[in-house]
Amino acid sequence: MENKIVIDWKKIDKIIGSYKGDREALLMIMQDISDIYNYVPPEVIPVLVEKLGVKPSLVYSVATFYKTISLEPRGKYIVSVCTGTACHVRGAEKIMDALEDRLHIKESETTDDLLFTLEAVRCVGCCASGPVITVNQNTHGGLNRSSVVTIVNEYENQHVS
Amino acid sequence: MTKLENRSALESYRNSLLAEQEDEKKKLLSLCSGSGCGAYGTGKVHDSLIQELAKHGLQKEVEVKLSGCHGFCEKGPILVIHPEGIFYPQIKEDHIPEIVEKTIKNGELVKSLIYKDPVTKEKITHEKDVSFYKLQQRIIFGNNGAIDPTSIEDYIAVGGYKALEKALFDMTPEEIIDQVKKSGLRGRGGGGFPTGIKWATCRRHHGARYIICNADEGDPGAYMDRSILEGNPHLVLEGMIIGAIAIGSNEGYVYVRHEYPLAVKNLAIALQRAEELGFLGKDILGSGFDLNIHISRGGGAFVCGESTALMASLEGNPGRPRAKYIHTVEKGFRNNPSNLNNVETWANVPVIIDKGADWYASIGTERSKGTKIFSLVGKVTNTGLVEVPMGTTLRTIIYDIGGGIPKKKKFKAVQTGGPSGGCIPEQFLGLGVDFDELLKVGSMMGSGGMIVMDQDTCMVDVARYFLDFLKEESCGQCNPCREGITAMLDILTDICEGNGKEGDIELLEELGMMIQKFSLCGLGTSAPNPVLTTILYFRDEYEAHIKDKKCPSGVCKPLFHYEIDEEACNGCTLCAKLCPEEAITGEKKKPHQLDLEKCIKCGICYDACKFDAILIQ
Repeated sequence: MENKIVIDWKKIDKIIGSYKGDREALLMIMQDISDIYNYVPPEVIPVLVEKLGVKPSLVYSVATFYKTISLEPRGKYIVSVCTGTACHVRGAEKIMDALEDRLHIKESETTDDLLFTLEAVRCVGCCASGPVITVNQNTHGGLNRSSVVTIVNEYENQHVS
Repeated sequence: MTKLENRSALESYRNSLLAEQEDEKKKLLSLCSGSGCGAYGTGKVHDSLIQELAKHGLQKEVEVKLSGCHGFCEKGPILVIHPEGIFYPQIKEDHIPEIVEKTIKNGELVKSLIYKDPVTKEKITHEKDVSFYKLQQRIIFGNNGAIDPTSIEDYIAVGGYKALEKALFDMTPEEIIDQVKKSGLRGRGGGGFPTGIKWATCRRHHGARYIICNADEGDPGAYMDRSILEGNPHLVLEGMIIGAIAIGSNEGYVYVRHEYPLAVKNLAIALQRAEELGFLGKDILGSGFDLNIHISRGGGAFVCGESTALMASLEGNPGRPRAKYIHTVEKGFRNNPSNLNNVETWANVPVIIDKGADWYASIGTERSKGTKIFSLVGKVTNTGLVEVPMGTTLRTIIYDIGGGIPKKKKFKAVQTGGPSGGCIPEQFLGLGVDFDELLKVGSMMGSGGMIVMDQDTCMVDVARYFLDFLKEESCGQCNPCREGITAMLDILTDICEGNGKEGDIELLEELGMMIQKFSLCGLGTSAPNPVLTTILYFRDEYEAHIKDKKCPSGVCKPLFHYEIDEEACNGCTLCAKLCPEEAITGEKKKPHQLDLEKCIKCGICYDACKFDAILIQ
């Protein structure tokens, strides 16, 4: 997948500065970078190494250990299907099937237009409303195969309009 | 509001807040803004409510409060109208004009919106009479519906920071620890270690001591910590400040999941307000005691709920646990004495200090005191958060509060303790839930997840589900956990796909015992529990999968097919209309036929049929 994003280095500096260059904040710094680009562009890593005074291996190890960090580009809308136990017994798998059919991608993949990434997430803590998906920071509950498709369509229309 | 310099400043501030409330005495609409209700659209309801009130010129007379989680998440979004306590569940934005016109302006009820009990079919007008709430004892959760979590004033007005005042000025650190010991409070994260003893041990060790709040709620199916942090963050902070006084710590951390954005947001607001008013920072309430609390956001790793892994993560490293030859109360975060407690444990502390250890210890069972919040979810009629005294039976929780199993299906099991727990079958529904009782039947109370399963849940699939979860979440350091879980998962996957062999069950048991004995941390040692308890209580299901190549619950796709019962089918055509593959055909009012070649076993027809005419074979 061709990926050309322009990194705003001022923003990156600002994020690192807001944690006062504290190496213990490495994960949170990467989360904040992710909030802007939906992933951590690998070009940023040497800067983190330099500014935080850590080894590149530590940055890679933290980035790959935690699920909230991705080093691959992700879509504008990250659709996360909750696969916690409560959602599982209420049919999360069927929701995932319906989304895979609708978006023509498999779990952990991103659409070619970089609009949607489909992920499975371990429990978003809305267990009473299962099955649940989150799209970026919005949560949608009480879903079935058809209502979940309607939700995705709404996000797609939002993007177009 | 400026900083409160001393005890009497807090007193008079609280009195002025109460007097203000007394003066205003206006109608109050409490709309739940928790994540559960949010998932059903609280945002839109709130916008529409504000607009409608403005349209009628009522914005001054009526206050709208976005409160914390009320607990009855199944029926969200929930609106409660005070002072009467009128309960309107499942509110949509289109309902708002009628609510404002009838209930707010004319004091009439909107009949179509009144809650109907799903079991008794009785119409219930007031929140306090709803059976879901009636049997609960909400000493921790009670204020959630009454306060706006972003308002420190609301918290102070309901008596918040009173316990802190007492701890700072009327008690010595030793007396605080003594009260916590006497209360019998045990760690709510699942371990059940006596909190007072942990505090006392940490206090004994020298160095810069840290206090840590574990809000890395990773158990799938459990969300009480999320709701406490989102709905009443100051309660947790107050508990932490009291703990810091007792332990002698001047720095604290809350480690909270990045996947809980609302909890992070509300906690950040709470920290800021608490600092502004002088409950945190230097010289708290003029007592000379200093404490700073920081937020650290976790990255979605289940193993980080383990204390040593959490502390590694706080230090900016991958969250891998270590062996606990030396406990974290001696050498933990940054190699210093560190006291870690779970969100709910911290939230219990102000209640104990305020009302006294004796009062607290009068609630619960002999060895498990106080209340526990459970996340009652899955195949149960009333899902949500339930706070009951320790020792309340599973039957009371699932049937009397939870309203039993929906759609007249049969109860099969309740899963407690998350991926470290087990599945408890029907014969043990009379057990009182506390730290010790559930251990006796091979499960554990854990952090409070309670997932109800009915006849359509396949227990082999559940075991496979948990191992799949744990395989992903294993940090990979030690062999027994990394390789053992993978091996067990391979066997279970084979069984679910119809490739199970004679001897598989025994092999699973043997592997399970090995993993329990030799893993490094709690994640590994408890990982086989879901498999071992399902084998113990549901061995027949395993045997049906292996020997008969059948999944009796209709979950494992290669092991069942659907059939139409020609006698039960009355030809209503509903299934044929819904089938996405057009696999069902038939004339109206005549039994339908299912083409197995076309059927993808999606289950839509099975869920939709009102006459039980779709059979699992």
